[in-house]
Amino acid sequence: MYLQAAAGISPQPSFEQICSSPVVYPGNRLSCIEPDYTRRIDPRMIRRMSRIIRMGVAAALDCLKASGIGMPDAIITGTAYGCLKDTEVFLSKMVENKEDLLTPTAFIQSTHNTIGAQIALLLKCHNYNNTLVQRGFSFESALLDAISLLEDREAKNVLVGGIDELTDTSFALLSRFGSYRRSLADSTSLYEEQDRGTIAGEGAAFFLVSGEPSGNDYAKLEEIDTFYKPGGANRTEAYIRDFLTAHGIRMEEIDLVITGRNGNAKDDAVYEQIERAVFKDKATARFKHLCGEYPTASSFALWLAAHCLKEKKTPAGILWSGMEAAPRRILIYNHYQNTHHALYLLSAC
Amino acid sequence: MMKPPVFIAGIGVISAIGNNVAENLAALGKEAAGIGEMTNLHSVHRRKLPVAEVKMSNEALAAIAGLPVEVTRTALLSAIAVKEALQSAAIENIRDLRTGFISANTVGGMDKTESFFEEFSGHPQKGRLRDVVYHECGAVTELVADKIGIKNHIATVNTACSSSSNAIFMGARLIRQNRLDLVIAGGTDALTRFTLNGFNTLMIVDRQYCQPFDENRRGLNLGEGAGYLVLVSDKIAAMLKQSPLCVLSGACNANDAYHQTASSPGGTGSYLAMKGALERSGLQPRDIDYINLHGTGTQNNDIAEGTAIKLLFDGHYPPMSSTKSFTGHTLGASGGIEAVFSVLSLQYGLIYPNLRLETPMKDLPFVPEKHFRKGVPVRHVLSNSFGFGGNCSSLIFSKL
Repeated sequence: MYLQAAAGISPQPSFEQICSSPVVYPGNRLSCIEPDYTRRIDPRMIRRMSRIIRMGVAAALDCLKASGIGMPDAIITGTAYGCLKDTEVFLSKMVENKEDLLTPTAFIQSTHNTIGAQIALLLKCHNYNNTLVQRGFSFESALLDAISLLEDREAKNVLVGGIDELTDTSFALLSRFGSYRRSLADSTSLYEEQDRGTIAGEGAAFFLVSGEPSGNDYAKLEEIDTFYKPGGANRTEAYIRDFLTAHGIRMEEIDLVITGRNGNAKDDAVYEQIERAVFKDKATARFKHLCGEYPTASSFALWLAAHCLKEKKTPAGILWSGMEAAPRRILIYNHYQNTHHALYLLSAC
Repeated sequence: MMKPPVFIAGIGVISAIGNNVAENLAALGKEAAGIGEMTNLHSVHRRKLPVAEVKMSNEALAAIAGLPVEVTRTALLSAIAVKEALQSAAIENIRDLRTGFISANTVGGMDKTESFFEEFSGHPQKGRLRDVVYHECGAVTELVADKIGIKNHIATVNTACSSSSNAIFMGARLIRQNRLDLVIAGGTDALTRFTLNGFNTLMIVDRQYCQPFDENRRGLNLGEGAGYLVLVSDKIAAMLKQSPLCVLSGACNANDAYHQTASSPGGTGSYLAMKGALERSGLQPRDIDYINLHGTGTQNNDIAEGTAIKLLFDGHYPPMSSTKSFTGHTLGASGGIEAVFSVLSLQYGLIYPNLRLETPMKDLPFVPEKHFRKGVPVRHVLSNSFGFGGNCSSLIFSKL
């Protein structure tokens, strides 16, 4: 499968800026840098959209523009939390007003498929439209749906994206669960002291994928695989070795490994073992200091890897070990809460 | 043409008209709706808005599901229907197969989240955290997947009211492409104040029992439940002790691209979904023997769906009905529950009635079925599921 285009809205303004000077955040919360939407979407429509819908729709439209494809054969979104803000607004009012005096706007925009639906509405796209909502596999499920549509020749190209938003409420709630660091100098020091908790993030990343090369692709997604609750780092290691063997991938052919390290001691212990056992002596990169942790953060990693391959460079700001070089093959390994593990193998076109 | 076919080896359902397939079948035959006064859900709308509740407390459901009572009702309903589906498929070595669980729901553990918000709203340090751990739709699926021991593949679909049908469509593709051997596909949703109030603010909830496809229809009644199919490949079907129930011969997902909640007057999305499913099954409109309508009972849905049927089936109207007149609109579960009813229609030659139909819609040249019929030769059934966001999906089930 070919990544014909990739576009995202994240806590970083652009790939170029990640290369030159990535945005550093004080504290434990990263927020998307939102673009000027008025150049992309009708201002009357923007006013009605909540923040996550704006981010998702804008990223999708940017991706389509970059691909040169006006009407995709399918639109598939992956989101774990869906439209949280609208859900919270409706829930709070419902509780406060004791199920009285409610208005429908927040409710009708609260469903998880709203972003995919709004993209279809803007494009007047009547084609296949689906939304997958499997926690840390939401984006991977969306990609798998896209792959199976391409294989079935139901679609020649698919617009597929991963989107999750962080709201004040979700940040407060996840903080109560102990998900985030209590003290942190800034986002770059995330990996320095292993401790409990990571940093909160969010983002929207879209890809135009196709079964055939376009001649101007960002990258080729050679393989993708997921495994659920493997049970222990040794089992995880076995799964990863099986993945490599099953697809005939030799580690010496991999130029760069991007891992989902997030600074949380418990999560990073898994990466630590895999890096030592399987990715030994490889150049490794990390990305969660740039986008924060969220269930669809792997879509940011894919966006980042696609740009590295297209631009033939590894930004110094992501490289953790090994030499900065023009990578030809990148392996991404991410896990979410040690429950949802995903592997991506990409190569340059 | 969907090639090679995907077989349905088992079914499971729980709804307001029964806690299993046999009870649902009996209620359909007796023309007995499951709509009534709210008993389990605590809402100010009790005694004002009728609902179609599963007639069991969380304690009773948890005992059957084998799950702790404090988990979301959505997962309890799901686990019960999944267990029945697997039992009816009678596949012993499920753990040796590449098994997937693709389940739909629209609001996850919202029943728990809304209780949590009563304390949390305005007091961010209050509320029991264990009440929000099932908030994500995917958490519901994982509770059930863990209970039945499925690890190979799990996915949750949420395209509002068409969610379950898309789960079945996706599951069928993964089997046909030899990625999985067996998929339990369908969906679940429990009644919540969130959805009840949401639909109520849209002024599409009927204060009486709903009358789908009636000229004087007033809206929908919300329901709850779960429905699942066990989908298997031809290879697995050949190994079964019993012959499979039917095949999924066609499926299509299209988008209305008209409005976030309203359907286009011409029913573009509905038309494209039905037409696409027919094309993929290699069937003509006249081949369809029964249509299980989406038929919510709202002004907007029924005229859009009816107009699309008029356009596609002109001159060949098969018997059709909305079983939401029995079960209420079960949202993310509706496509799964109605897929089970479609399979039963093929299996036993049944046509279900569209209850409480008094005055047929003036703008439509056909009239849905008013009475239960059995012994009808049914070879192909079309099942419609349409949702918010213009998401429209149709499935076609066919006899072997």
